[in-house]
Amino acid sequence: MLETSGTDISETTKPSVGASGPLHPALETEHLCRAVAGKVLVDDVSVQIRAGEVLAVVGPSGAGKSSFLRLLNRLDEPTGGTVRLDGRDYRELEPRDLRRRVGMVMQSANLFPGTVGENIAFGPRQHGEELSPDRMEGLLARVGLSGYQRRDVSNLSGGEAQRVSLARTTANAPEVLLLDEPTSALDEDLAWRIEDLVMDIIHERRMTCIIVTHNAAQAHRIADRTMILEHGKLVAIGPTSEVLHDC
Amino acid sequence: MIAELLQGLTGDVAMGMVQALCVIVICLGVVLLCRRFAVHVERETIISLSRGLVQMVAVGVVLAVLLHGNLLIAALILLGMTFAAAATAARRAPEISGALPLSFYAIGAGAGLVIAAMLVTRTVTSDIAVLVPVGSMIIANAMNACAQSMERFRADVRAHIGRIEAALALGAAPAVTVAPFVQSGVYASLLPRLDMLKSLGLVWIPGVMAGMLVSGASPIYAGIFQFIIVAMILAASGVAGLVATLLMRTRAFSEAEQLTLRPSVETATRKPFSIAQLWPFGRSARRDVATRPDARS
Repeated sequence: MLETSGTDISETTKPSVGASGPLHPALETEHLCRAVAGKVLVDDVSVQIRAGEVLAVVGPSGAGKSSFLRLLNRLDEPTGGTVRLDGRDYRELEPRDLRRRVGMVMQSANLFPGTVGENIAFGPRQHGEELSPDRMEGLLARVGLSGYQRRDVSNLSGGEAQRVSLARTTANAPEVLLLDEPTSALDEDLAWRIEDLVMDIIHERRMTCIIVTHNAAQAHRIADRTMILEHGKLVAIGPTSEVLHDC
Repeated sequence: MIAELLQGLTGDVAMGMVQALCVIVICLGVVLLCRRFAVHVERETIISLSRGLVQMVAVGVVLAVLLHGNLLIAALILLGMTFAAAATAARRAPEISGALPLSFYAIGAGAGLVIAAMLVTRTVTSDIAVLVPVGSMIIANAMNACAQSMERFRADVRAHIGRIEAALALGAAPAVTVAPFVQSGVYASLLPRLDMLKSLGLVWIPGVMAGMLVSGASPIYAGIFQFIIVAMILAASGVAGLVATLLMRTRAFSEAEQLTLRPSVETATRKPFSIAQLWPFGRSARRDVATRPDARS
């Protein structure tokens, strides 16, 4: 069980450890709430995530971590509060534009039937952009799958599928990357390799990243800051080493 | 007209009732056979047989009374049948919000278009005694097509929620994310009718042709006319299946392009029937989960 370490929630306004981007928040939630059929999934969560920062969202099962993440790219609708992307209320943006700017890698790869290349090209094609062969190969090479373009996705291993999923999301060149336990379905060795890959890509592209994880060690390794959710409520947020000092 | 009706209630009707009784006894024999294998359909079969007999006798009485009615009366009867068909199709998809108006639009579009085409091309006359029975066959098949396509689309969407949301998360339009399931929904409504058309004359000789042969029509003309009816049934089913699936598609997403055809969201947002649900493109259903008034704090 994770401890809250008594961190004051208002600490969100302080500069984060390792955050290297400009001072304005890339993403900001304001009193964000979501309730379904009377059950509160996310309860009045207000946080600011600075550009280039990696924020881990941890908490016990059913704490509302994934529900919180789904609100950030508007896959679900908040029942209260809102999210600001670069200071702008995200309801003012077209949902498709928003989702291109705030990419998401899910727990399962959820690849579309067809080839690896078709999966990678899917996002850009939605706004009329065709990936050049060089760019396609570059994206595949970046996730260690050079030459996989014509491979059928049904022949991929779990780790390869998750790499394709990551490449598919990054093909849209998102500003913010949401990761919903991307390594939880993989064995430890593979999980570490994917984690390293994700971190390299995030730093290379200076992306802001919010990662849901149930693994405190993973949060220690990759996150500048960590927030803890319990019963949908934000109970602690701050530098990972402070928030998770006992884990 | 009453005298004519009473005249019909003599020998033929009495003989028909005896024949119906024999058929009921055969059906009950099958029910008893099923019972030996622990298949219990007694109650449902008895209710269905009773309802079927009463309904068909009632239809006969209505047709006898309205036999000399005009096109308007025929249209009203077909409209009533369409509503009854929509209610039946909607009962087969109780989880779908607004299934009744959706089914009504789909069946109405499929059957209405085909019946109108048949009238315009003079394939059927506007004689009520022809139009109502032929129309009812088309409506019944459109009803089945509508229910099959709705159920198939819903099942496919719920089986592929992860893939649909992955596509939405990549910035795809809702229509793109469910395109394969629209296709499978329409296929589901068409395949039984295509099989019916393929087996026409080889496996079965449908009722219209049999009736025409009994009443002394040319066997070749009877065969061609039966083909026309089955082909029109295929067309009506295709339109009903397509309209039902497309309307389902609009109801599957919120205004903010979120998938609402998910178990948790469906349960949370299902509402009793309201006038607002009559809007065919699902805006009222979408508003249920989209931007609520309290969405901004």
